[in-house]
Amino acid sequence: MNAKNYMVLIIPSKSQNEAFARVATAAFAAQLDPTIEELADIKTAVSEAVTNSIIHGYEDSEGEITIKCRMDEYGVEIEIRDEGKGIQDVEQARQPLYTSKPELERSGMGFTVMETFMDEVEVYSEKEKGTVILMRKKFASLAKEQGVSGNEG
Amino acid sequence: MELTANITGNILICRVKGELDHHTAEEFRTFVDYNMENNPVKHLLLDLTHLSFMDSSGIGALIGRYKKVSSTGGRVMVVNENKQVSRVFEVSGIYEIIKSYSSISKAINDI
Repeated sequence: MNAKNYMVLIIPSKSQNEAFARVATAAFAAQLDPTIEELADIKTAVSEAVTNSIIHGYEDSEGEITIKCRMDEYGVEIEIRDEGKGIQDVEQARQPLYTSKPELERSGMGFTVMETFMDEVEVYSEKEKGTVILMRKKFASLAKEQGVSGNEG
Repeated sequence: MELTANITGNILICRVKGELDHHTAEEFRTFVDYNMENNPVKHLLLDLTHLSFMDSSGIGALIGRYKKVSSTGGRVMVVNENKQVSRVFEVSGIYEIIKSYSSISKAINDI
């Protein structure tokens, strides 16, 4: 029933939109009846990705961040896209504690948090073109409906 | 975000209410640093009972406060963080440098 449901949210890269983006995405995902922990994981991961776009993608300039959230039979797929300056070295950026902006008291844990809290995280980035972060989260309630747990035949 | 502070002995007890992310981190930094510098305190105790959300921007801000406070021999402690906040703490390894307590009195007694 929910397989084709989706939402698209476009926001300017202002820091006050970080809270709105994570809450809106979590509210959309809540339709699938996830656990409180699963929803908190989504909020945290979206917050990290949107913050990355604001701080690193657009730096001091302003641009748009597009958040797409699609439901599938297992949970949600969330895409966060910016058209900022891109990540020079994605592998390096994904390393725990790596930050290109230590002077701003960045912890360098953004990607590590996304990877820990979501089931899958893919990063596509091109210099001067932008970055796309694609994340997937499976919900336990849907696994049961699908009979993945094997309990309901 | 709502921040309040009071002093017990040489400890600044700061209550953090709301959400600590990139947007609110600057307000948190300014408030804590100002109160640490302008009061006769050594240690920082953060009461996180009413902190509903934190991400890695909050971790960056906490590590920054830890560096400042520990450079003058002080400790940074947290009290009563919720499950979401606790998971971000665990992932980032911050419990290695900032100890957590279940109550303010337990934290104070441990100094």
